[in-house]
Amino acid sequence: MAKLPNQREEKLGGYIVHGVPFPVETTPEALAFLKKMAPLEIEQEYRITYLHSYGQDSPWFAGLTNRRLLASQAASSGYTYATPRGHDMYSGEETVWIDITERPAQVHAFTVCYFGSEEFLPETPFVLALIEFEGVNTLLLTRLMGVDPEQPTLEWIGMSVRPRFLRNSKLKPTDVYFIPAEKN
Amino acid sequence: MRPVYAISGGVSKFVKARRDKTFQAIVKEAYDYAIQDIGLDFPTFTRLVDGSVASYFSDHFTRQLMAGIMAQDYLGLTPKPSHRVEGGGATGGICFQEAWKSVASGHMDVCVAYGFEMMSHVETWKGNEFIALASDVSFDYPVGGFYSGYYAMMVTRHMKEFGTTVDQMAAVSVKNHINAFYNPYAQKRNRYTVEDVRNAPMVAWPLTRLDICVMSDGAAAVILASDEGLERLEAAGARVPRPLVQVVGIGRGTDAMRMADRPHVDYDEFMRDYATEEERSSDETCAYYRRLWQRGTRYPGVHSFRAGRTAGNMAYKMAGIYHPLQELDFIELHDAYTSSEIQTYEDLGLCRYGEGGPFAVSGKAFMPDIDYGLKAPEAPQCPVNPSGGLIACGHPVGATGLMQGVFAIWQLQGSIHKHFGDATLQVKNAVRGAIHSHAGTGTYVTVSILERVI
Repeated sequence: MAKLPNQREEKLGGYIVHGVPFPVETTPEALAFLKKMAPLEIEQEYRITYLHSYGQDSPWFAGLTNRRLLASQAASSGYTYATPRGHDMYSGEETVWIDITERPAQVHAFTVCYFGSEEFLPETPFVLALIEFEGVNTLLLTRLMGVDPEQPTLEWIGMSVRPRFLRNSKLKPTDVYFIPAEKN
Repeated sequence: MRPVYAISGGVSKFVKARRDKTFQAIVKEAYDYAIQDIGLDFPTFTRLVDGSVASYFSDHFTRQLMAGIMAQDYLGLTPKPSHRVEGGGATGGICFQEAWKSVASGHMDVCVAYGFEMMSHVETWKGNEFIALASDVSFDYPVGGFYSGYYAMMVTRHMKEFGTTVDQMAAVSVKNHINAFYNPYAQKRNRYTVEDVRNAPMVAWPLTRLDICVMSDGAAAVILASDEGLERLEAAGARVPRPLVQVVGIGRGTDAMRMADRPHVDYDEFMRDYATEEERSSDETCAYYRRLWQRGTRYPGVHSFRAGRTAGNMAYKMAGIYHPLQELDFIELHDAYTSSEIQTYEDLGLCRYGEGGPFAVSGKAFMPDIDYGLKAPEAPQCPVNPSGGLIACGHPVGATGLMQGVFAIWQLQGSIHKHFGDATLQVKNAVRGAIHSHAGTGTYVTVSILERVI
């Protein structure tokens, strides 16, 4: 029978702690003094890659890769969602796809983010905007380009805009963004 | 449903980072305070309490699943029943209401609601990322997920639609920070001016750093009891202050996760489904709203919180409130942003939609004996966030809604001086108050009404 190890192999890496201040003897007085000890802190890493399915919304992303902006519509009422939904929230019926790429659109609300989540910090400042489309009942959250993020103004609300698509699709909602309609 | 009394509460001091204790031990600070405030010792209360509800928002912040049971365990409450609730920023408010339901339904006679959040374990920008994951990860988060950005978009629409100004928002920050100056539990106890707020670093236009609440570590606990529970506690030696504080109304509303999906309803639908009783019965207000709609306003759009209005209307109906501004003595509301306090004035019917900006500087929401350095044209009527709110107290998410409950209990017990060591923030003769907890871009909102029982 092979000899079983009775000691863990120790490796370099992570924290290598050779000595944390601690009483030489664990007398009651010394142990009571430990209540005054500062907390120890360590780093814990947490990384994970998710396989995220767009499910019933997948055609919307496929549309972006082909420079088409799709929307969902309840066939019976015509209620139309700029951000796609597989089912209408009023009738419960399955929605159909329609193409709104050429619909007149304008800025409904916006902000300029000078700070942000870690993932987007390198992109600051960037302009977030909610876009409204003619004949569409709900809005679309997007990035607005072609405006000066250092000079935001409420005048941007109501500005006519049009979609522009990334040539190299990332299969993200940022494959489409909007620019002022009069810009090339 | 039977009467439910909010008999005691405790709050840990909210701070940027608590390195000295784990979350369980910080919950215990708040929990112990609530027990000791009614004169019971730990083993006696442990014997008498029937169960609990635990509140915390994000598993990410602590990198710990099932943290609720770890708190339950640390508090010595096992094997009594418990469950964890989660509803974004409204988690604490939902917890309060779930504990209320446990007692009101007869399932429990004594129930403790406790909540916490430890947001300091990650850097602020990573915390923002965790919070932004409470937006649709297919369509919203990847565009630039950032809640301050979402709220800034709402307020640019509010400004465009109703003429709300950045100085009106800044006045909310000034008011809440100066209130918190007298609250030892608050994280930020600073006196600011409107200029300070506007000159602070811009985070998401037009919101500056002082328009936005901060992340915090903290915990809070509230003890709720039925008449039978009260009798049981007092038979064991509890000293519950009289008059009692009763929870007389609860309401909750929801809205679409993606604010882009919120409807834009017409005037008739607004008046039928969302107007307050007070608004409906006023010809002048009906005419005011008709003019708004003729000008292009639609409801709720992105400028208003239909969940908040729904929760408010529901709670008011249950509590028999018709004119909230006159019938509430104070409100602790969810001011994660100065702009959202203004939006919430409107949702809660303190003023009409579109009038939140002028209301903010009117003085009606001010404390009577505090000098804010602002010229208010009207006398204080219903102080809003006398504690300092989230803007100044901090926002350890799972604790926040319960913190509001604790401060409301103390206001109605008339014991602010005892707990704060200063009576400045005591609303005189407070009989009825509301607490308001809010999630996401307005996805879950709770409103609970507490009343001193005469």
